[in-house]
Amino acid sequence: MTIFLSHGQTGGVNREAQRDSRAVRWSVMALSLGFLLLFILLPLIAVFIEALRRGIVPFLEAIAEPDALSAIRLTLLVAAISVPLNIVFGVVASWAIAKFEFRGKAFLITLIDLPFSVSPVISGLVYVLLFGAQGYLGPWLRENDIQIIFALPGIVLATVFVTFPFVARELIPLMQSQGTDEEEAAIMLGANGWQTFWKVTLPNVKWGLLYGVLLCNARAMGEFGAVSVVSGHIRGKTNTIPLHAEILYNEYNFVAAFAVASILALLALVTLVAKSVLEWRFGHELSTGGKH
Amino acid sequence: MPGFGPAMGFTLAYMGAVILIPLAALVLRPWTLGAEGVWDVVSSPRVLASLRLSFGAALIAATVNVGLGLAVAWMLVRYDFPLKRIVDAMVDLPFALPTAVAGLALTALYAPNGWIGQFLAPLGIQIAFTPAGVVVALIFIGLPFVVRTVQPVLQDLNPELEEAAVTLGAGRAVTFRRVVLPALMPALLTGYALAFARAVGEYGSVIFIAGNMPMVSEIAPLLIVVQLEQYDYAAAAAIGMVMLLASFVLLLIINLLQRYSRRWDER
Repeated sequence: MTIFLSHGQTGGVNREAQRDSRAVRWSVMALSLGFLLLFILLPLIAVFIEALRRGIVPFLEAIAEPDALSAIRLTLLVAAISVPLNIVFGVVASWAIAKFEFRGKAFLITLIDLPFSVSPVISGLVYVLLFGAQGYLGPWLRENDIQIIFALPGIVLATVFVTFPFVARELIPLMQSQGTDEEEAAIMLGANGWQTFWKVTLPNVKWGLLYGVLLCNARAMGEFGAVSVVSGHIRGKTNTIPLHAEILYNEYNFVAAFAVASILALLALVTLVAKSVLEWRFGHELSTGGKH
Repeated sequence: MPGFGPAMGFTLAYMGAVILIPLAALVLRPWTLGAEGVWDVVSSPRVLASLRLSFGAALIAATVNVGLGLAVAWMLVRYDFPLKRIVDAMVDLPFALPTAVAGLALTALYAPNGWIGQFLAPLGIQIAFTPAGVVVALIFIGLPFVVRTVQPVLQDLNPELEEAAVTLGAGRAVTFRRVVLPALMPALLTGYALAFARAVGEYGSVIFIAGNMPMVSEIAPLLIVVQLEQYDYAAAAAIGMVMLLASFVLLLIINLLQRYSRRWDER
């Protein structure tokens, strides 16, 4: 499952045969821009306006409140654990897949993509089935006093599951397109495997890696469904930012809910800007891999 | 080249621990109910209604996305206009915006007293807290999939195809229908399948706007959560397994479509 990527395309079309009549042009533009305005821009604006509806003070109070701060801390902690795990996996897996030939490669790539086509709720459910009170390992965990579900380890596992493919699927096509010539030259000149990897392979894919990490992190911090299933929604303890926003919303505390949500919207905007800058400046050094 | 053994070993071990063993639990757990018990869960009216809503709303949303996504891709590739780069970047917002935030925002817009909803309410149209709200959320989620699959294909489309058609006397409409559309068809189908697959399992953006009334606006992933809250793991796993099976079939279709579209490129 590959999604192609437009790395900052520019320019319209001047060929006579491809030029649309003015009527077609205006209708397509009106339809597209109207749709984007209604479905993309307006929801984004709504988050910030609803957050600031009562002014700046309630907004800041909602964010500085202890439960909100603890949600922010937990979200940062979860991302700080799960993103590096998936970076290591992504780099190692794409090295194995792109630089070597073996049977079943296409199947392996399909498996890596699997978490993208699984419902986020299922991504959380599978860990409850393993580690929950009535899960396969539940009784053993309870005897040994280890808590995974409704605690940090479960939240990290669910986050790792949903962000699993991001780095790998960005690096695999990139490394494949670069081939193995440079690595083989390095080894011929006496470098060992590690040196080759650190000095040749990694510098060649650094922008692609950053791109993958960016998307991985955005999803890790914003994941809702999977985390919601394993978190237990304990205020101030196992609530991440999105879960805290949900709780506030269900308590009809709308301003606070949107204030907390606006942190995530801001994160999304920063991610989009960084991603666009990477595409515009280093488009040729990025792969045609996927994005979600 | 050194390092294949350890790299492959680590890849398989990590993937096995994080993805494959947990998914195996999903496939094994429902059978503690016995085959009949699984069937009872899956064929209960409430589960069937939720599956019908999840798949039906995803079908409608993906169809809308194919039409509007094609228009957006066409605009981004063929026309020049101010702020084009920003509009292009904006298309990815549904990928970047956490689903819960999208759900909150769409509800604020489409609730009966919301920004847009207040103008629809006097007309007797209600979107939030009905199945229509589910469709709206899924359209939001699915848009980038169609645009980003169609856009590069349209970009790379050989202009000589259209020139040849015009030289041979075809008008723009005929050229579009007989030359451009067939060339875009594999990409459109892939985008459709991707948007559909994502929409079927979507949770965060939907539960805020859906209202979650059993039998009416309750999606299948929510029903899994409901079963889990009652500690009925096996029933939750049974619903999850059905959805996973559907995802597998979709994944297979997507792969076949992409093989087909690659063959199209080579011609």
